[in-house]
Amino acid sequence: MSPELTAAPLAAAPLARAPFGDAAVSLEPGLHEQEMVINFGPQHPAMHGTLRLVMTLDGEKCRHIDPQMGYLHTGFEKLGEHRTWNQFIVVTDRMNYMSAMANNVGFALAVEELLGIEVPPRAQAIRVIMCELSRIGDHILGVGLQGMDLGAFTAMLWAFIEREKVYDVFELASGGRLTTSYTRVGGLAFDLPEDCPARIRAFIERLEPVLQEMEGMLSRNRIFLERTQGVGTFSRQQAIDWGLSGPVARASGLDRDLRRDRPYSGYEQYDFEVPVRTEGDVYARYLVRLAEVRQSLRIVEQALDRLPSGPVNAIGAKATLPDKDEVYSRMESLIQHFMLEMPGHGIKAPKGAIYHATETPNGELGWYIVSDGTGVPYRVRVRPPSLYQFQSIKPMAEGRLVADVVAIMSSLGVIAGELDR
Amino acid sequence: MGNVHDHAHDHGHDHGHGAEEEEGAPGTTLADRTYIPAVMRGIKLTLARFLQPKATVQYPEESVYDRGSDDRAIGTQNPRLRGEHILVKDEQGREKCVACLLCMAACPALCIYIEPEAAPADWGPDRERRPKVFELDMLRCIYCGYCEEACPCDAIRLTPKLYQPTTSRLERVYDKQRLLENNQDAQVPQRPRK
Ligand code: SF4
Ligand code: SF4
Repeated sequence: MSPELTAAPLAAAPLARAPFGDAAVSLEPGLHEQEMVINFGPQHPAMHGTLRLVMTLDGEKCRHIDPQMGYLHTGFEKLGEHRTWNQFIVVTDRMNYMSAMANNVGFALAVEELLGIEVPPRAQAIRVIMCELSRIGDHILGVGLQGMDLGAFTAMLWAFIEREKVYDVFELASGGRLTTSYTRVGGLAFDLPEDCPARIRAFIERLEPVLQEMEGMLSRNRIFLERTQGVGTFSRQQAIDWGLSGPVARASGLDRDLRRDRPYSGYEQYDFEVPVRTEGDVYARYLVRLAEVRQSLRIVEQALDRLPSGPVNAIGAKATLPDKDEVYSRMESLIQHFMLEMPGHGIKAPKGAIYHATETPNGELGWYIVSDGTGVPYRVRVRPPSLYQFQSIKPMAEGRLVADVVAIMSSLGVIAGELDR
Repeated sequence: MGNVHDHAHDHGHDHGHGAEEEEGAPGTTLADRTYIPAVMRGIKLTLARFLQPKATVQYPEESVYDRGSDDRAIGTQNPRLRGEHILVKDEQGREKCVACLLCMAACPALCIYIEPEAAPADWGPDRERRPKVFELDMLRCIYCGYCEEACPCDAIRLTPKLYQPTTSRLERVYDKQRLLENNQDAQVPQRPRK
């Protein structure tokens, strides 16, 4: 190897500036300073999923961060061009594995808007319940993971217990714990089982003490406070500039929640608040998440109280499968069933494009769908909230300590599956 | 903890997280700064949890379904759980499947392969076709239940039976015989729709 190649340019060039702020550091003769480039992720225990940050370190300080994505690229968007409208719902599960239900609902709503279908009230209420349960599951685990990343491992284990209970409810209703695939265009795959509302009630009643325990562990814990307060601060303007949404934006004072501002699925009927804080730091995000769990509990309670009866599928809309009993006995239903299931037939969306966004647990999940009038979408483009949150780690964490990068990362709630699509 | 005090950490406590509780903003009170009450609180919580029943089970000897307590939700095996498929037989022992290929078309994972053939003459006039080959690749399958939803004859169903380990991939490609035999130990109720 030639000598030019062995000597790294960084090592050869002396640093022009003092390494630690303004403090002059004199090194022993023979030692030299250099910035170090390290990979944080894609395989790192403190990294959430297969995310990668290329960090240039100056001692403990992070001079530059280069967030890189694509390690979980699955081609979900491309797959959308080869799957029918209903078949794509199974893909949405896998896109955000922390809140699959919310993604199911978001995509179904987008297609329904394209088709002009109105979903019956019972289906809307069940969708709201499922969305809010997945918000509870996501946020409580998010808070737990935030604790774990800062050294409070216990909080994470407790959070997982509660998240499993949320999944139990999902399993009861849909038959899948994580890959729920519960919605269909025009309604739901199945109605709730009879004992499900009581089960959900039992779960939400027992959740409040757990929330208090988590708060007791973290909210006034000095270590947690010192690691989170004032760390990763983002102003309201920055949050807008970087396209943030969801709890991260609301922790920066951006009072925006699509459930309230652009209601869908009948969210306008429910009485809830949108927690907003102005500090914009990691601690504020933690508080917003906890507060949102409590608001979600309120919504679930209200939805259960007034759960309407009736069908869960828009029967007349020609987009939903007829009842199985009718398929076995009535000719028209059998024909409709065949028309919806046969290759080359199925739901035909009119030509056009649509953007529909829902408020998923980690922010605004948008679907831009282009239909060319055939049975499959021409293009399915996703606006994942995680993408904007992941890129904003650069301005948030540059110039801070490595330990702060971990704290900031876990407060953003980035889901790799949704980020890379 | 407190000895790292370069300017990245000198946020102080002037951010004013509002008056959280009656005791004042977190991190400002003497109790928070000495950290001793937080430690005591943590120990208390952990000990309380220590005395509660365990949330975990010794899988696979036990499963959450055996537990039966109302703490974990389910109690008995959830009939909606989407596990391995079965091909259903009718009262006369004929497979119900008429090889209409709807499940094959509905499958998002493209894991069903069917070749139809004429039904045997002794099956009577109500049956014209049956599958000659019915292969289901359980490794490709994503257990979404779309095949069951698509079937107009109630011929394929997902059972709450979960995955069975095998030592080769080929064993996980179930043929018609295997799918029909799966039937014997789990006659599951059909999933309700609407
Ligand atoms: S469960 Fe889904 S993936 Fe599996 S065979 Fe049926 S349709 Fe295909
Ligand atoms: S299992 Fe049902 S859907 Fe599939 S080919 Fe047989 S009858 Fe048709």
